[in-house]
Amino acid sequence: MGEFIDALAIAVKAGIGFQAVFLALLALGINMQFGYAGLLNFGQIAFALVGAYGIAVSVSQWGLNFWAGVAIGLAAAVALALLLGLPTLRLRADYLAIATIATAEGLRLLFRSVSATPVTNGSRGISGFNSGFVELAPWDTGRRYDILGVRWSGADLWVAAVGWTLVALGCLLVWALVRSPWGRVVKSIREDEDAVRALGKNVYVYKMQALVLGGVFGALGGMIYAVGTGSATPDQYQNANTFLAYAALILGGAARVLGPVVGAMLLYFIIQFADSGLRSLIETGVIPEGLLTTTDVAQIRFVLIGLGLILLLVFRPQGIFGDRREVMLDAR
Amino acid sequence: MPADPTPTGATASGATGPAGRTPARVALRDVPWEVGVAKPDPAIVVDGVTRTFGGLTAVSVDHLEIQRGGITGLIGPNGAGKTTLFNLLTGFDQPDGGSWSFDGRPLGKLAPHQVARLGVVRTFQLTKALSRLTVLQNMLLGAQGQKGESFLSALVPGIWRGQEKANTEKAMELLRRFKLDAKKDEFAGTLSGGQRKLLEMARALMSDPKVVMLDEPMAGVNPALTQSLLGHVKDLREEGMTVIFVEHDMDVVRDISDWVVVMAAGKVIAEGPPESISQNQAVVDAYLGAHHDAPLTVEEEDRVLAEAESEIAREEQRDTGRSDDSSEGTLR
Repeated sequence: MGEFIDALAIAVKAGIGFQAVFLALLALGINMQFGYAGLLNFGQIAFALVGAYGIAVSVSQWGLNFWAGVAIGLAAAVALALLLGLPTLRLRADYLAIATIATAEGLRLLFRSVSATPVTNGSRGISGFNSGFVELAPWDTGRRYDILGVRWSGADLWVAAVGWTLVALGCLLVWALVRSPWGRVVKSIREDEDAVRALGKNVYVYKMQALVLGGVFGALGGMIYAVGTGSATPDQYQNANTFLAYAALILGGAARVLGPVVGAMLLYFIIQFADSGLRSLIETGVIPEGLLTTTDVAQIRFVLIGLGLILLLVFRPQGIFGDRREVMLDAR
Repeated sequence: MPADPTPTGATASGATGPAGRTPARVALRDVPWEVGVAKPDPAIVVDGVTRTFGGLTAVSVDHLEIQRGGITGLIGPNGAGKTTLFNLLTGFDQPDGGSWSFDGRPLGKLAPHQVARLGVVRTFQLTKALSRLTVLQNMLLGAQGQKGESFLSALVPGIWRGQEKANTEKAMELLRRFKLDAKKDEFAGTLSGGQRKLLEMARALMSDPKVVMLDEPMAGVNPALTQSLLGHVKDLREEGMTVIFVEHDMDVVRDISDWVVVMAAGKVIAEGPPESISQNQAVVDAYLGAHHDAPLTVEEEDRVLAEAESEIAREEQRDTGRSDDSSEGTLR
């Protein structure tokens, strides 16, 4: 039983750790783009990549200040959003989806390519750029702290604290925007662009604003992940993370301010709990060794999560915070 | 019905019927019933507008003027180019050539939202209610010049609160007029087809338009609601708006239009007050085909009969062939 409680504690830690912040910020951006504006961004991880490398390259390779790196990362995300949006936002929604998914994969391959090695250090990645950030912690980052039965390193705690503050500020911004007339126009664009055009709104500008804002959230997520792990390697930014963020958003409820955040926490908790819980059950002999071994757990947990998501879509398609009537409207 | 060709130069002052009831009727009384005729006070002037899709000329209008403050009905068989003309006039489609203007301002090269801001709003043949917004939000979207619709001022509610309140009052007044006020908090997606048409029209009125272009406002609406929709369209004229509408129901066209423009195969083939149209030879030909009522000679009758018989013979042969095939198919 003690092992099981430990497993639970580990999962709770994952649900509030910086990895969950990373996922929450990605999902927050996707919520702005997909949930409110109806833009299909299937390459959110590309924004995280340029955000993370903005800091990593600026600080480690160019010797700039940490905050200059943050500014460069954010600027790169805005530029990427503009580049993706300029040609595709006048077209149908599918074109943005195609462009973003290709860009996400292309950028990762570019960053790990040999020709980019002088700047990005190839597939080995860059490290040693987060000391300027960790130093700012008001507590001793070298020590370990016991919180809720799990040990946190001071640095992890600091990154998570800053991360959740960013998430809270992001939620506040999204909340302020979507209740305003600006949010009304954006939601209307999701429903029918032409109707909005016929009422005198410049749809292109609104879509671009939503895309840029969502991209900036993605970049912030990438930055938190980079300073949390202390390194940036291209293969950390696999596009599977984008779809994990979509899963988090749908679990929490799309087009709800807190949907992506709670979804991300819960999803990370479930992923970790499926892992540590199964392990503890095997180790204590509740699950017989012949049925499942600890080496199978890494694979089987995603099977369980996939099953859970299917059940969610069948029985609660609106997610945790969604409105069922709203989701079912077009399903006639 | 051997229709007499309309004498060129005929005017409504010489015709009987309900002419002369409305100011627009009075103004148009002495306008000759000719294609491309000049109106006393045109709001919209179209000159040489053409639009081709590949080899098909969808619209080719030499000259057309729309009288201000009147209801102009646009009729024609399917595929006549009515909706394409609507799309061109409102910036939703760009023509191959030609110019058109509203109040003397050229509208060529303007984007849809720019046309709408000049006061020319349209509705769509397939109603575009914004399903997952409430009825009231649908209405508020229609209001023009909203300060809260720009990204930065959306974040400061003080800037847009007052305007929002005034717009809400105006929206509620319009909703009461269209008998939708009880539904204001329902999702627009839950409304019936007819109610959506009403909502779309009411939403267009939120922008205080000068010209309202209605694309088949009565299509798919039950007869009881048609009467109230007709009343609303007449009200627009009372308020001094110029109305252009596409409609197939001739009773409706006769009831409310001051002037009717008939299109066929992309061209304007007739213009005139509603009572002039059903007698117009070009219109009858366009709807029913030329020579539909010319008597056949004996030779022609024989030829048609022979053709029909050979056709039947061929048909029978093909049928027997096919039934062989199908029996083979079932055997396999």
